[in-house]
Amino acid sequence: MSQRDWPLYEVFVRARNGMSHRHVGSVHAADPAMAVEMARDVYTRRSEGVSLWVVPSAAIIASDPRDKDVMFETMGDKIYRHPTFYDIPADVKNI
Amino acid sequence: MDQGLFSYLLRQGDSCLILGHRLSEWCGHAPQLELDIALANIALDLTGQADAFLGLAAEVEGQGRDADALAFHRDVLDYRNLLLVELPNEDFGLTIARQFLFDAWQVEFYGALARSSDQRVAALAAKGLREATYHERFSGEWLVRLGDGTDESHARAQAAIDELWTYTGEMFECDALVAGLVERGIAPDHRGLKAAWDARVADVLAEATLRRPADGWMQSGGLKGRHGEALGHLLAEMQFLPRAYPGARW
Repeated sequence: MSQRDWPLYEVFVRARNGMSHRHVGSVHAADPAMAVEMARDVYTRRSEGVSLWVVPSAAIIASDPRDKDVMFETMGDKIYRHPTFYDIPADVKNI
Repeated sequence: MDQGLFSYLLRQGDSCLILGHRLSEWCGHAPQLELDIALANIALDLTGQADAFLGLAAEVEGQGRDADALAFHRDVLDYRNLLLVELPNEDFGLTIARQFLFDAWQVEFYGALARSSDQRVAALAAKGLREATYHERFSGEWLVRLGDGTDESHARAQAAIDELWTYTGEMFECDALVAGLVERGIAPDHRGLKAAWDARVADVLAEATLRRPADGWMQSGGLKGRHGEALGHLLAEMQFLPRAYPGARW
């Protein structure tokens, strides 16, 4: 295996039409076109999807792990924001 | 038995099987993890095509053999693959160049074979065409990257194309066996595939800044069972297990 790695791309797969793309992992590739093919070969070889996105990992702007308390912990006691007070019709599959 | 159709199916199945095995030799050795998986995927596609062609050949033969019997219990002289596909992998450049020259042919070949008067053959070709189309895109793009890459990759890619060129003539041979099937509408005239293949190859070589060698004397013999030394070594490895442990299952 090469010592100098190619840039990393994050891979998103849409399992079927109507669903959103979901992050499934990452691949190394020298250019965007290669990244799509690598993603196809690594992540959709068992019929996992009908569409692919690849995004340079360097383009992702992430939240700071040290901000976890300020960013997310304050939601813990706001149960009224969860849709748990509604009856969901049995026929609704995805919500 | 339809000897002509049987022999023709062996040729197609054997070429797919041997090239698939050659590609599988990269498993664990490719330059990148992702490439390792990509090459293994193509190897499996080709092995699957071989399974289909050899399975149909066995059915046409009607002697109780199956695809495995044809793959693992025939010796070198009974193999009918193109010489191109049995050549050792050498480096990544030669592997890619060999793959591209074959893929570009297979796309044209399957496109024509899909119009076969034999529905079983036409169905195999139509299914294989989608795989071959992706293979050609993959190998073609890689040939461009290598040819138009560094001095080293360019030199190796050019050397590979030069070395392989004399093995490309066999893909367009139309011997008595093919001619007989052409008459029955089962097979396309392989000579008729040359112009479209030339155009595909010329496009990619130009983009890859590689020189197209002149057509001259061409290697021949694989389709009639005359092979190079390399095929025997490949079969020894590929056939070892079923021969040492007949009927082994897992």
